[in-house]
Amino acid sequence: MNEGVGVELENLWIRFGEFVAVRDANVDIRGGEFFSFLGPSGCGKTTILRAVSGFLNPSEGHVRIGGRDMAGIGANKRPTALIFQNLALFPLMKVWENIAFALEVKGVGAAERRKRADELLDLIALPGQGDKMVSELSGGQKQRVAIARALCAEPQVLLLDEPLSALDLKLRQHMRTELREIQQRVGITFIYITHDQGEALTMSDHVAVMKEGVIDQIADGRTIYDDPATAFVASFVGENNVFRGIVKSVDGNMAMVSTRRTGELNGRIASAAAGQLKPGDEAMMFIRPEALHMGSAETPVDRRITARIIHEEFEGQAYNVFLEGAEGKEIKMSLVNRGQSRLSGAGNEIAMMFDPDQAVVLPMGELAAE
Amino acid sequence: MKGFFERNGPLLGGYLVIAVGFWVLVLIILPQLAMLDISFRNNLPPALVGSEQDIYTLSNYEHFLKGNPGNPDRLALFGIETEVPFNRVDLAVFLKTLLAAVFVTLFDLILCYPLAYFLGQSAIGASGRVFALLLIIPYWVNEILRAFAFRIIFGDSGVINTVLVGLGLIDQPYDFIRENVALYAGLGYAYILLMIFPIYNAIESLDHNQIEAARDLGSPWWRIHWRVVIPFAKPGITSGCTMVFMLTAGALAAPQILGGPSSLWFTQIIYQWFNTGQNWARGSAYAVVLLITCIIFVLAMMRLFRVKIGEIAK
Repeated sequence: MNEGVGVELENLWIRFGEFVAVRDANVDIRGGEFFSFLGPSGCGKTTILRAVSGFLNPSEGHVRIGGRDMAGIGANKRPTALIFQNLALFPLMKVWENIAFALEVKGVGAAERRKRADELLDLIALPGQGDKMVSELSGGQKQRVAIARALCAEPQVLLLDEPLSALDLKLRQHMRTELREIQQRVGITFIYITHDQGEALTMSDHVAVMKEGVIDQIADGRTIYDDPATAFVASFVGENNVFRGIVKSVDGNMAMVSTRRTGELNGRIASAAAGQLKPGDEAMMFIRPEALHMGSAETPVDRRITARIIHEEFEGQAYNVFLEGAEGKEIKMSLVNRGQSRLSGAGNEIAMMFDPDQAVVLPMGELAAE
Repeated sequence: MKGFFERNGPLLGGYLVIAVGFWVLVLIILPQLAMLDISFRNNLPPALVGSEQDIYTLSNYEHFLKGNPGNPDRLALFGIETEVPFNRVDLAVFLKTLLAAVFVTLFDLILCYPLAYFLGQSAIGASGRVFALLLIIPYWVNEILRAFAFRIIFGDSGVINTVLVGLGLIDQPYDFIRENVALYAGLGYAYILLMIFPIYNAIESLDHNQIEAARDLGSPWWRIHWRVVIPFAKPGITSGCTMVFMLTAGALAAPQILGGPSSLWFTQIIYQWFNTGQNWARGSAYAVVLLITCIIFVLAMMRLFRVKIGEIAK
């Protein structure tokens, strides 16, 4: 198998007429890593993928693969292979012909092609299925054939455009693990496009979060989730309770925020905003539902939120509690199901507490649309 | 059958049965059977129809193969002359007609495939589709008038000759009619829409990602067409080719109007037997030969290219 090579985007701009699809993207993807672009539909992530695969020419900037500038090199000459959202398997060819198409293009003989296809069928755990037609396979099997077809081209970079979106939940979760395993086995660079944060966080070494053509943050999944760089990232990745307010005081990397409706709360300033916030600035504090716990009257006020229960929802692994704070402020708390009995029910006022380290303070910014 | 009437109601159901029955029986089966029947009879004056001379005979088909009794031509097999008489004129015209129809079909296919691909798959093609519809407008004019228009275009003082002579490319007007250029151009044009639209329909439904996937896997453009687009468009291509071939082989107006003095189309021979020759029996026999040969030819081609008849109907 090929060694994975790095992919570099430098000052990449892509415009369609007046519309700017990608705005000054700078990304450095290391060879052999699993890299994801995460963002809502229309944020420009697929456009970036098409620029890397060569179906689209950047308006400005450079795409480099393995240090080599790709300008003027067509899609059929690049060391990349793309897995399409709808897979785009060839319906009139047998499974093995699909897989070995890249070899057919290179003029490899039929016996050799068949042998290679069978090897790849073993890799994707579909041994002996080569003579079937594509239409005879299930969704998950087609998925794997698409991966094998792309791998057969021996690409140095594999590009995946939301390939799991058509599968049902169970299969999707299974394929996540499988994709990650295949990536580690073949060792090449994977660039993955998704709007599903679960996929991005579970599989990737690094994630780039995009919004309207702009990359807001590039980091590993843990950092994206725990230490978001912008209000958009905080609200798009996972769920978050947002408290808007004014910074009252700053102490090192901690800040006291005077929120509009929930009083003064203490939180940690996100690394990306370090040194940017000073007393009097407008700020947002993000506390995830699972960062809220049951508190009591003894909890210090700067880490306590009181609110009235509206209703509870049982999700299996967790109870989601929907509450209403002062002046109708909506708050969600998520309690892990440890077999405890449910809360005392709607209408009751309860105190919740949080660890200020898990309350992220960021400058005021645009949130992700619901 | 009961379900059919329950679904459509007695009125609509009855209408459908009668209309389809009328169409198939009265407009297709009965005329063909009548022609088949006549083709096996002698050509008799009306007074003798039904007399003892009115018997079934193979003489009309025999004439197609052997010609008139005094015909000096003899069939030669592998260079050895046999005693079997041989209708050189009619058989040559028959063969030439079929070959010409194949040629016109291929010409239309080569012309239409790239165009249909462009209209069906490229983004610019999408806006060009309106213009493709404009292609239909000339077909509002009658076929015979269109053939005359071609005669005018290709004539000695026609547009093409005027331009060529005017530019000094040739000294004398080129006789497009005598050289059958006008005939082939006219035939190629006459049924071109029947080629372009089926292929366009097929290609238009091809997922563009498949083309990109093939390209991404390193395929040059010709292999993308060979392995992805053409197999997908095959039913459309077959359907277009079948229609163009059948109609060209059976065309009468274009050969009549645009054909050179030395060119004879097989349909013209049939027409002569019916019209000037006043021999309906022989004309029918010739027509049956043309029909059956064309059907066999098309079925053989479909077999060769592995297309099922159901796929074409799509």
